[in-house]
Amino acid sequence: MENKKKDDNNSRRNFLKLGLLAGAGTVATGALIATGKNSGESGEKIKVLTTSGEVMEVDKNFLTLAPVGRVESHEGIPGRKFVMVIDLAKCKNARKCVEECQKGHNLPKDQEFMKVYLMQDSEKTAPYWFPKPCYHCDNPQCVSVCPVGATYKRSDGIVLIDNERCIGCKFCMTGCPYSTRVFSWKAEEAYESDQPYSPEKSVPGVEGTVSKCDFCPDLAREGKLPYCASACPMGVIYFGDIDEDVVTNGTETFKFSELIRDRSGYKYLDNLGTRPNVYYLPPVDRQFPFERGLDGLDEEVTKRFENTPYVKNLKNKETL
Amino acid sequence: MSDTASSKILLREFAPQIEHTGTLGKLWITFLVGVVLLGFFALYWQVSRGHIVTGMRDNVVWGVYIVNFIFFMGISYAGALISGALHLFHAEWRKPIIRMAEFITIISLLIGPGFIMMCIGRLDRLPNLILFGRIQSPITWDVIAISTDIFGCILFLYLALLRDLAKLRDFDELKVPNWKKKMYKILAIGYTGTPEQQLRLKKSTDIMAGMVIAIAIIVYSVLAWIFSVTLQPGWHSTIFGPYFVIAAVYSGTGVLIVAMYFFRKVYHLEEHITLKHFVNVGVIMLVLAAFFGYFTFSEYLTKWYGSEKNDEQLIAILFKDYYSLFILSNYIGVLVPLIVVGFKKLRTINNITIAAFIVIIALWLNRYLIVVPTLESPYLPIQESRDAWAHYSATWVEWSLTAGGVALFCLLFTLASKMIPIVQVSDLKEEPKEAGDIYLR
Repeated sequence: MENKKKDDNNSRRNFLKLGLLAGAGTVATGALIATGKNSGESGEKIKVLTTSGEVMEVDKNFLTLAPVGRVESHEGIPGRKFVMVIDLAKCKNARKCVEECQKGHNLPKDQEFMKVYLMQDSEKTAPYWFPKPCYHCDNPQCVSVCPVGATYKRSDGIVLIDNERCIGCKFCMTGCPYSTRVFSWKAEEAYESDQPYSPEKSVPGVEGTVSKCDFCPDLAREGKLPYCASACPMGVIYFGDIDEDVVTNGTETFKFSELIRDRSGYKYLDNLGTRPNVYYLPPVDRQFPFERGLDGLDEEVTKRFENTPYVKNLKNKETL
Repeated sequence: MSDTASSKILLREFAPQIEHTGTLGKLWITFLVGVVLLGFFALYWQVSRGHIVTGMRDNVVWGVYIVNFIFFMGISYAGALISGALHLFHAEWRKPIIRMAEFITIISLLIGPGFIMMCIGRLDRLPNLILFGRIQSPITWDVIAISTDIFGCILFLYLALLRDLAKLRDFDELKVPNWKKKMYKILAIGYTGTPEQQLRLKKSTDIMAGMVIAIAIIVYSVLAWIFSVTLQPGWHSTIFGPYFVIAAVYSGTGVLIVAMYFFRKVYHLEEHITLKHFVNVGVIMLVLAAFFGYFTFSEYLTKWYGSEKNDEQLIAILFKDYYSLFILSNYIGVLVPLIVVGFKKLRTINNITIAAFIVIIALWLNRYLIVVPTLESPYLPIQESRDAWAHYSATWVEWSLTAGGVALFCLLFTLASKMIPIVQVSDLKEEPKEAGDIYLR
């Protein structure tokens, strides 16, 4: 028992180390940019090499990693194989994952990379909230059908889109059986950004192209969790490395294989042969009553669930 | 009567078609140009404002444009399969109508791919299809197949035109502007009809007739595979290749009959194009109607009987939201030609043309019902507050471009008939005028 805990802690430290190592690697190549944007010093100094060859100490908060360019983004982060686990027992449709993801990826209000569905498998079964990112499949239909190689699978398991190459034929959108991809139907203010485009950030968006959840590899390089995982107040979303066999939601860390074994983890619509890299833990022993997810929503969001059999039933009962 | 004398008489008969355009003809052309311009305006609107001006949204990402694309590619079969096959079977009666069939092929092949481009979000990046083309993608198969098809069909048409071009070049009485005469001279590439030239021409036409049939089958199968290689419940079907091929030839015969009707009326071809031709193409249409009905039936029967959850959902949408369209496309569109051509009393030129027109409409709807309802019933339920994002309905931009495409088709067809006689003049002397080889009496 004690051994296991030690293992867990070790793995977590390893996972968090990843970011720092990646950071150190880029310091040597001078890819760190000192910016004045971040306010306040952290007190932690980092040594960097200037273009003139001098070693300089800069406060950690004044440094941000330069985004990975289009060509480099084709290579995965070495030695990584990312995985996500979503605990349906804890989700209460708080929608913080959706909001933070939109903020992080600079998305217009009507575009969501992460969606939360009200699911009910059949009439008599229990309803549950179902957050759905991109599954980053190992046999991705979207990648197979792309005529120009604008969407690609990397060695670390992530499926990305190069919005500078995408021609907008939308074939990948019909190819994806999980309705994951979104199209930029018009020029958005949010796309007007002076930061350099990086497929790893999916920012800035490009009109007339397809985009989707990217598993935030830019954050992984910094040793951080994706926006959705760190934003969730319930700790629903675990992110980690399947080869290292560890996943974390920021407060709890588990051995991935044990978590899947003990909690009967499964993959959604796995029978389609897409081999997703997102696992779900079934909604058993729930921490919140399901109905609480319907409280305090925006009118727009409430309207989304109006046509579901569950909400229709609820309304029928009220009128009786 | 000698060869040259007989063709002189015929040329005299067909010359006015090329020499003058009447007031009505000019009005017709002006009208068509107007509609085409409306289409261009809609295209400008779409390019400048983004695809938000169309009815397409994140769920239904393909709409009327893709339907038009399949439709125009489908009617291009008129020339490929009908004129190719009839040529190989030496069906003598084909001669007055194959020119029309081949024109339909070329013109629709030029318009069809235009519609898929309207569906593309970044037209400026079209070169990427060549620069970064991936052979694993069915779209790349399509690019290769369609360009081969266009090339093959133009060659086939040109071989068929060659003798007429030579005749027009040698016909001194023709009163046309000089540029037209020059065009005939250049295009005829020195063909004079020596036995050696005739033999060569015959050999190459035979080869191309076989080729265009094969290429056309490949092109339409590839087009069907764009849909059936995906996992979507309504598309992931093994019979889509042959189903699309049959549907395509079917719509091709429909357009051919309607074209025969109008050109017969406008250019007074009553003597050359008779009831026999309508009945014969009608019989081909009848056979195809039976095949098409059979494929449609087996496609939906298996979905409905097996009733997997997602198939069930799709069938429910088809028979609820799209009920009348489904009946019109898959019942009326099959039964009308069967009845009209099947019963002798109904078998008149007017009736067959009306049936053909219904077939054209039905086949367009058939493609609409394949594309749109499937996208409206994905695996994950659509949970959407905005109705326009959950249900597709085409906007004025899409309808204008559709109208523009149809008008461009008619316009190019009209203009082509002003350049070259719409009937193969050099073949007509062999044509027996009496109704000899009619398929149904």
